[in-house]
Amino acid sequence: MTSLATLRAAIDEQGRRLAAAGRPRVQLMEICGTHTVAISRGGLRDLLPDGLRLVSGPGCPVCVTASGYLDRAMHLAARADVVIATYGDMVRVPGRSGSLEQARSAGAAVEVVYAAHEAVALARRTPGKQVVFLAIGFETTAPATALALQQARREGVDNFSILGAHKRVVPAMKALLGLPDVPIDGFLCPGHVSVIIGWRAYRPIAAAFGRPCVVAGFDDVQILAGIGEILRQLADAAPAACSVYPAVAADGNVRARQAIDEVFDVTDATWRALGCIGASGLDLKGEYADFDAVRRFDLPAMVDYDPPGCRCGDVICGRCLPADCELFGRSCTPRRPVGPCMVSSEGSCAAYFKYHWRPRPKASP
Amino acid sequence: MCLAIPAKIEAIEGDTATVGLGGTRARVVVSLTPQVKCGDWVLVHAGYAITVLDEADAQETFAILRQMDALEGP
Repeated sequence: MTSLATLRAAIDEQGRRLAAAGRPRVQLMEICGTHTVAISRGGLRDLLPDGLRLVSGPGCPVCVTASGYLDRAMHLAARADVVIATYGDMVRVPGRSGSLEQARSAGAAVEVVYAAHEAVALARRTPGKQVVFLAIGFETTAPATALALQQARREGVDNFSILGAHKRVVPAMKALLGLPDVPIDGFLCPGHVSVIIGWRAYRPIAAAFGRPCVVAGFDDVQILAGIGEILRQLADAAPAACSVYPAVAADGNVRARQAIDEVFDVTDATWRALGCIGASGLDLKGEYADFDAVRRFDLPAMVDYDPPGCRCGDVICGRCLPADCELFGRSCTPRRPVGPCMVSSEGSCAAYFKYHWRPRPKASP
Repeated sequence: MCLAIPAKIEAIEGDTATVGLGGTRARVVVSLTPQVKCGDWVLVHAGYAITVLDEADAQETFAILRQMDALEGP
């Protein structure tokens, strides 16, 4: 295995080449919560040369989910005839009317599931109730929802529906490149999203925007190798899409992409902080419309907002670091999170809090 | 949330398989990896195998996950 020292030397060398070419400052973005955690855990920022900055992008599915989505989920949880089935990440996210965890404490039916098909099984076991599955996540997770819906339709499980908020990563990357105040010179692309969509999916970004897009796995060596490859491409002025993660094929998992296409149409979607992004979401196709909780129930309008003072939106866009938020480590901690980036174990704020936060010195009297 | 964990296929029954997963056994859906066979390693995300791995990559990923204390949860 390539050693960290070799990779650091390669990164330093590319950094010198870039500086000599008049680019002393480079900012790269990772768009995967697992990368965010791994970079903080490994202390990798400290290994990088001056002038090379890593910022976290919208890589945590819970964090990018607009507040209005949670309001809708809470609205459903308040109904006596509804059971919410959700991945564990969502239950502690605070919304205007509290979190799903709090709703459950107050008597709402909120069940944590580990797999989408468990939500279908729950519906089959609970015939007198409506089971609504909170279908969030990027392309990694969307195929599971697609298969669960195909199963529900095939087996006629008509008390099952989804509150859908699946997101597509590539359109969000394009939207980020349109933000005037967030310079991004290259992307460290997500490993497991790319297992599904394939590294070739990033080619349009490399080609049209001139930004290297390199998929990496999750250990220090993989991440540094990915960063080194991005810098090499920048220094060579040859931006491309590629992968250093062996689990990722050029075209991804074709069967999984088919499953998504069989059940969903590409649609515009609302992201926290980034607003509505064209072609960045997945909407149920006509033949699955009956499984859409939005059609089945009368739900409040989708809006997006951050809790007062919370800068999760800016953190998600790479506009600021978690410590730049006034609430970070003060009124917002993993124990009492204010915004979603502190709730999810893959949120940037949670990762910075766990690995970088130190109590502020008390002001002298 | 996009975490995926390597697991070894022990038995396949239709669309589901029994896998060894970090010292325990679990049932996973394998319809996204139709080519999979007993003894193969797969990456499992939220109860679904999403790709077939070679064993060396699987073992390496295991080592990373142990470091990350991430062998629990979806």
